[in-house]
Amino acid sequence: MSSRRIFARPARFAAIAPYVWMALFFLVPFAFVLKISLSQTAIAQPPYEPVFDLTAGWEALKAALAALSIDNFRLLGSDDIYVFAYVRSLTVAVTATALLLLFGYPIAYGMARLPKRWQAVAMVLVIVPFWTSFLIRIYAWINILQHDGLLNQILLALHLVSQPVVWLSTDTAMYIGIVYSYLPFMILPLYATLAKMEPALEEAASDLGAPPWHVFWLVTFPLSLPGVGAGVLLCFIPIVGEFVIPDLLAGSNALMIGQTLWLEFFTNKDWPVASAAAIVLLVVLLLPLLLYERLQKRQLEQRR
Amino acid sequence: MAEELPGRDVQADVTGGDALPAAGQPLLRIEGVAKRFGTFRAVDGVSLDIKSGEFFALLGPSGCGKTTLLRMLAGFEAPDEGHILLGGKDIAQALPHERPINMMFQNYALFPHLSVRDNIAFGLKRAGMARAEIATRVAEMVALVKLEGLEKRKPDQLSGGQRQRVALARALARRPQLLLLDEPLAALDKKLRESTQGELMELQRRLGMTFIIVTHDQEEAMTMASRIGVMKAGKLAQVASPRELYEAPRSRWIAEFVGDINLFDGETKLRDGHRLVIGTRDAGALVVAEPREPLGTGKFAVAIRPEKVKLSRRAPVSEAGRETAINLLDGVIADICYLGGTTTYKVKLDSGGMLQASVVNSARLDVDAYSLNQHVVAWFTPDDCVVLPS
Repeated sequence: MSSRRIFARPARFAAIAPYVWMALFFLVPFAFVLKISLSQTAIAQPPYEPVFDLTAGWEALKAALAALSIDNFRLLGSDDIYVFAYVRSLTVAVTATALLLLFGYPIAYGMARLPKRWQAVAMVLVIVPFWTSFLIRIYAWINILQHDGLLNQILLALHLVSQPVVWLSTDTAMYIGIVYSYLPFMILPLYATLAKMEPALEEAASDLGAPPWHVFWLVTFPLSLPGVGAGVLLCFIPIVGEFVIPDLLAGSNALMIGQTLWLEFFTNKDWPVASAAAIVLLVVLLLPLLLYERLQKRQLEQRR
Repeated sequence: MAEELPGRDVQADVTGGDALPAAGQPLLRIEGVAKRFGTFRAVDGVSLDIKSGEFFALLGPSGCGKTTLLRMLAGFEAPDEGHILLGGKDIAQALPHERPINMMFQNYALFPHLSVRDNIAFGLKRAGMARAEIATRVAEMVALVKLEGLEKRKPDQLSGGQRQRVALARALARRPQLLLLDEPLAALDKKLRESTQGELMELQRRLGMTFIIVTHDQEEAMTMASRIGVMKAGKLAQVASPRELYEAPRSRWIAEFVGDINLFDGETKLRDGHRLVIGTRDAGALVVAEPREPLGTGKFAVAIRPEKVKLSRRAPVSEAGRETAINLLDGVIADICYLGGTTTYKVKLDSGGMLQASVVNSARLDVDAYSLNQHVVAWFTPDDCVVLPS
């Protein structure tokens, strides 16, 4: 058994493929964005300078490099708009992720306890909304939440309110939209960990004198933490950069960083500032990911 | 193992010692217990008494309901009918955490996120034991199962045998009135299984605890248990000591399930004092001892264990019609299976049937061994036969 055998040519290619993919479709575009973030706006095509021209020779390239600056990053730090946008994005993401966990966990737990036959049905029900376009589903929510929408009609008919409630363009509407859209991403990893948990573990806990609530907190929940971690990351990261849902459902007085990016890029045509904002966002999102990975690595090492 | 164990009074604060049975009463009484899953009757009217300090084995093929019965004792299933009395108190509908019974699970079900120490302490903490007391008890349990030095390990850092010990320590820590063991040794290799059997018996004797073990391995049940309940299709087929079960099985099914046996179908031909002559199709007329409960006439099977069949080159002296008459069957060796300590011969009888004989290899040289196609006389005494209703 020589170890070389394992890396026969097709296998070697398969091992390299993800790196090639990452380099081509992440690192190279990232380098472009990084370069633009260090440039200045210009009324030109493309709308920034300097432009690297490899045909202009070494001196021109050196001059272009010297023209790069971190002014845009300074601007992000000094202008409240951006700081607020980042803070709002994180607040919304934390709140929404907490809500998702709160709703998603009981659903996933219930699914995992269903008879095997019904688990498959429940799984399909969770995934079925994906068969409709995301945008159409958000527009449906606008329909439901508007002044004379379904929700207000129901509330009025039940005499719970005396006049229509303003739902649209509020944070409540946005949270409804986010929780609705991301719920499957929370449920599926949670369900996966809960369903493969050995039922004997819970039985052992109750056999050893733990009432049902203790069984959950002392055994079920701690053992489902990998699923919780995966679900939280799957929801938190895209919600921080979420653009469509807050734009369509929330008010326009407080913007999330995704919306700010859009404004800078398409309305203000300020590519360098937009690029700088995107890079800061990436760094902000990378932190929890690295933290999660370190945690997982430590768990793996403990196992050895 | 630990030198000394605290008295049974420690148990009172953990499991509520009020349920100890009065003298002469069984610790556990199972009365007409039944459990259905849909239309399938997993346990079908089982009644059984288990005395305090007994090592009882529930033995049966898979799907016979033994595990379901055990799970009802632990409280994971509620019986549809019947009562389960522990020390005179009906616990049939009590929840698992309310019972002074602990269970050792088949695959141990150790909590993977807790250390050995915390696994053992789990039940003690739930009982609201004081911290110092828990530490003492855990240390005592660790010593009992010889796991010193491994207290901080997580279950997946332990070998199979060590995990088995943690599971045992965890189940014993609360000093339950009754310990249930669900196939506790199934995951161990043969050598380790045999040594662990001995340790379990020793432990049970020393702690004076009542053990109920579920197993499909009859050797394991025979070795460890003082009494065995054989289950078949949700019912108790026979409850007896290992020896009685093996030497006096109550039915043909039990005789075949427990150990190897030769069976010859036939009818009673003649009754002569306390000797019966049964005419069989495959082995001719066989002289057997009249069983304790007299048989009527009709169809019977004569059963004889392979190790009770003797082989010799020439027939021993026997006079038919006499008290000392023995059964003599002529045949040739058809198959030889050497097993080390014993050799099993298959003898093709001249009368048509096949007979298995198990012979102890008492000499190292094979001077006594028989060879294939050799003519032999197989013989056995009437007392070694069991007559079973067909």
